Amino acid sequence: MLSMLRAAWLVFLHMFRKRETVQYPEERRPLPARWRGRIILSRDPDGGERCVACYLCAAACPVDCISLQATQDESGRRYPEFFRINFSRCIFCGFCEEACPTYAIQLTPDYEMSEYMRHALVYEKEDLLISGQGKYHGYNFYRVAGMAIGGKDKGEAENEEPPVDVRSLTL
Amino acid sequence: MIEIVRHLVIIFGLLFVLTTVSAGLIWLERRLLALWQDRYGPNRVGPFGLLQVAADMIKIFAKEDWIPPFADKPVFVIAPTIIMVATFLSFAVIPFTPGIEVVSLDIGLLFFLAMSSLGVYSVVLAGWSSDNKYSLLGGIRAAAQMLSYEVFMGLSLMGTVMLAGSFNIRDIVEAQRGLWFCIPQFFGMVVFFIAGVAETHRLPFDLPESENELVAGFHTEYSGIKFGMFFVGEYLGITLISALITALFFGGWLGPLLPPVVWFALKTFFFICLFILLRATYPRPRYDQLMAFGWKVMLPVALLNLVVTGGILLAKGA
Ligand code: SF4
Ligand code: SF4
Repeated sequence: MLSMLRAAWLVFLHMFRKRETVQYPEERRPLPARWRGRIILSRDPDGGERCVACYLCAAACPVDCISLQATQDESGRRYPEFFRINFSRCIFCGFCEEACPTYAIQLTPDYEMSEYMRHALVYEKEDLLISGQGKYHGYNFYRVAGMAIGGKDKGEAENEEPPVDVRSLTL
Repeated sequence: MIEIVRHLVIIFGLLFVLTTVSAGLIWLERRLLALWQDRYGPNRVGPFGLLQVAADMIKIFAKEDWIPPFADKPVFVIAPTIIMVATFLSFAVIPFTPGIEVVSLDIGLLFFLAMSSLGVYSVVLAGWSSDNKYSLLGGIRAAAQMLSYEVFMGLSLMGTVMLAGSFNIRDIVEAQRGLWFCIPQFFGMVVFFIAGVAETHRLPFDLPESENELVAGFHTEYSGIKFGMFFVGEYLGITLISALITALFFGGWLGPLLPPVVWFALKTFFFICLFILLRATYPRPRYDQLMAFGWKVMLPVALLNLVVTGGILLAKGA
């Protein structure tokens, strides 16, 4: 009985404690450094789209919320014809970022994505693509990859030796 | 003519004030619970979040009022009104001040006990007509709990009746001019308070609802304004019990300096806050514990209080 009265008194005293609540829009808590938020598609240092439409992110996504269609431009560069992420399904696991071979898809610290309409959470490529390089600077997939595209033949990439002509080899 | 107008003003004034107060209590409860849990509670809508009440009202009126197809329609519709009507009727016998009272019944206290027993029907019928096992369980619990707590709720009040020599609540208040009954009737007050909490099925005695086992107990199937009526009925019940404790044990409107209305309101407010503090503090007991506590502890205490009070009165009188 006495302990019950004491309990009530202790609860009452909580009135004078510091509040735990963070008054969100006015007050914000610092985010952890590796916060995984809204997803973006970045560009390489030359301003080209980094994404090569390899589908690895779509395959890695555990909730299948990425959908894209690969296509090629006249120079042979692959890029996504459309790239769509349904953020109402995304669980912000970051697997897409891990899977991406070109640093194209990246998660950012933005988490304020509320919408009134559910379909407004489906982001198209225009919504995803940013003008900068995101978290990883100075990386251009086509400059280091051995693939031949318009204006860069095999063997001309950074740190790449010219290909060996097998017919020139003598025994 | 003037008399009739005066009565009508009092009646409708009371209806208005009580509805507003019980709606405001929703805000108060949320704020106080938050305070005691180191939170802020609703503080966005209007000053101090006061307009939260209005927002809640708009929401509850705009919600779909759904009656499940398997429910017993007439009973389902009438159940929530019973609790409102019974509680409002109980307020009729409470003297807020010497001037503000709907009717000064000589059997005022008995009338209140009768009305609070009628309130049980609301919960039981709601549980039964919903045709849902959780609701039914809630209804059954409510019936058992409220009937058994009713017994010593009545008994606990008899001490004050003996001291005042009347069932009229106004006379009881007047009889406390010298000494508030909370001192000679301390045990009666404690028992009545506990029974009152059980009667309004508030935490820690909210077994008819017990969200974590019965979904929402007797009002599981209710939505929209019907749910709102149960809700407001509950807060009306809190106000009623607080007002009664004030009138029966804490000298009603009596008090120095301030006008009687203010005294009554202040005391009632204190007990309402106490109700909320109970909710913030205690966990819900098991159902058999609740029953055992009622019959094995509360009833003997109430009886003993009655016998001792009677004995002392007899000895004095003789
Ligand atoms: S963060 Fe996870 S869930 Fe979201 S798109 Fe990437 S892989 Fe899919
Ligand atoms: S974002 Fe990365 S993983 Fe996804 S298709 Fe483009 S290049 Fe491939």
